[in-house]
Amino acid sequence: MNKRIFQMINTQAFPTPFCPGCGHGILMGAVLRAIAELEYDMKQMLFVSGIGCAAWIPSPHFKADTLHTLHGRAIAYATGAKLFNPRLKVMVISGDGDLTSIGGNHLIHAARRNMDMTVICANNAIYGMTGGQVASTTPLGSVTTTTPHGNEEPPFDLCKLVEAAGATYVARQPVATPLPLTRILKKAIVHQGFSFVEVLSPCPTHFGRRNAFRTAYEMIKALRDGCIPVEKAKGLDPAELQGKVLVGELVGAGKKGGRT
Amino acid sequence: MERPWKKIKSALPPGWYFMQGDEACAEGAIAAGCRFYAGYPITPASEVMIRMVQRLAEVGGVFIQMEDEIGSISSVIGASWAGAKAMTATSGPGISLMTEGIGYAVITETPCLIVDVQRAGPSTGQATRPAQGDMMQVKWGSHGDNEIVAFAPWSVQEMYDLTIKAFNFAERFRVPAFILADEAVGHLRETLVVKEEVEIFDRFKVPHLPPFDTDDPSGVPPMPAFGEGANLLVTGSTHDPWGFRKTADSAVQARLTERLVRKVQDFKSEIIETESHLLEGAEIGVVAYGFTARAALQAVKSLRQENIRAGLLRLVSIWPFAAEAISALGQRCQAIFVPEMNRGQIASELKKYTTTPVISLPKTNGEVFEPAEIVQGIRRNLG
Repeated sequence: MNKRIFQMINTQAFPTPFCPGCGHGILMGAVLRAIAELEYDMKQMLFVSGIGCAAWIPSPHFKADTLHTLHGRAIAYATGAKLFNPRLKVMVISGDGDLTSIGGNHLIHAARRNMDMTVICANNAIYGMTGGQVASTTPLGSVTTTTPHGNEEPPFDLCKLVEAAGATYVARQPVATPLPLTRILKKAIVHQGFSFVEVLSPCPTHFGRRNAFRTAYEMIKALRDGCIPVEKAKGLDPAELQGKVLVGELVGAGKKGGRT
Repeated sequence: MERPWKKIKSALPPGWYFMQGDEACAEGAIAAGCRFYAGYPITPASEVMIRMVQRLAEVGGVFIQMEDEIGSISSVIGASWAGAKAMTATSGPGISLMTEGIGYAVITETPCLIVDVQRAGPSTGQATRPAQGDMMQVKWGSHGDNEIVAFAPWSVQEMYDLTIKAFNFAERFRVPAFILADEAVGHLRETLVVKEEVEIFDRFKVPHLPPFDTDDPSGVPPMPAFGEGANLLVTGSTHDPWGFRKTADSAVQARLTERLVRKVQDFKSEIIETESHLLEGAEIGVVAYGFTARAALQAVKSLRQENIRAGLLRLVSIWPFAAEAISALGQRCQAIFVPEMNRGQIASELKKYTTTPVISLPKTNGEVFEPAEIVQGIRRNLG
């Protein structure tokens, strides 16, 4: 355990608002450990978030500059701050609905510009804070409060989306494996240019209980078993990869220097 | 607490210039210390952006063309918290998209300047034609109560001067400030006189004081920037003096919303600006603003020649509203006429502050007023 992370937290904000079994606490810890292990100074960091459960990971928990913005707009706010003060190390932490649905335009344009920032998308495949509505990331067939008979719309592949838009570092990792997640986050943070990490995080309250997961543990386990590292997937035939989610570094050979 | 006013040399060499209104606005912004511009192309405001591209490069500022107007206002707010005097310029459709961000700037007390070069609406309307249809939109567009500062320039000179003034008020009160221009004044070309010096207000900073509340009579707390070690917690949710969210505390909500309004309202006498033309002994009052006031001035001069005792009260500032000046005008006049390039937005506002008959002279055909139309409008109503 890296003791430094206790100095990086506004302890008066605890307990966190996250539901029991939510993956966002694991992600919060992984982000703090990554920064602590890199020995980055929190005073040089700016954490920007939008609206939703994941947006509360940095704000108000992180003892650093935090900017808790409007729904969908975190990346655009971060763009202005980073451009005016390039010395700031900017990290956006928000949810899938926030970053990729209402804020999708800012996401693809920041990727296109190769803005020097790290965007962490906590993807729980649902709108949690507002009561479990379908998202642009909800798997086909899943039951949500707005798709009671199962989701009929295919979800985005977020990593492919930002890669196509121009992101120079793209990775995916579940919270079920926090150590690889921390390693990936460190790489994303030191990357110069636009780095994007899709972090798969379970929402037992709104997704799990409507989709036959009896416990939060079952969800975490399914998440771990459903993922396959990209290196392991190489050489496997498509039948073996059926239904598996590729995780790890998907785009890593970064172009040097983003727009600053 | 002492507030940081200072006099600095004008960014442009002093002298006479022949310039377009939109360009003069950009020059005023540079003179006021603006060093960040984010925008999205839109007629008839694009010339502000194009001038800013060039001028910001010259003074070491930052320019970005964003993906939409929502992105523009968002990055302006982000840059403002990073320490920049920041602005954007747009027209009605852009203001519509920015409105949620404007509310965010209000609750987070983020200084920024928004220039609205108004065009004929609603919706896409007539992009190249003038209007004054956004007078209420900038004040009431955002949900919840809020106070903003807005000026309506009637000349190229005022596109410059009022941009500086609006920036100063934005910084002093920590509010979004507006230039409510119109296509006619934005695209007008005439003389601009640049003085030796400009007076500007630089952001007010006191370490270790809370950034979101104050007991100071000004009601305006100091504002640190990102990267200064202040561990800023900026949020659009209701928050305590240090920025911690208080989403269910009614006392915090009441105190915050009251202060956000009072910090402007309590000092409105320093913001409100009107100009009197031929009001001595006037029995017929005309209230006008922006480009329309030029025609209105000509109209009252013509009426005076016909021995009709008309006078013009020009609104230089729009928000906060010049209630006392309207009330005083009502007491001396038998009727007040309000020509404006909308269906009577400011005329309706006048009625709150006077019992004297207020007669709206609306015009929404996408053309500016001719003085004769105002004269006829007044004559028709005088019978």
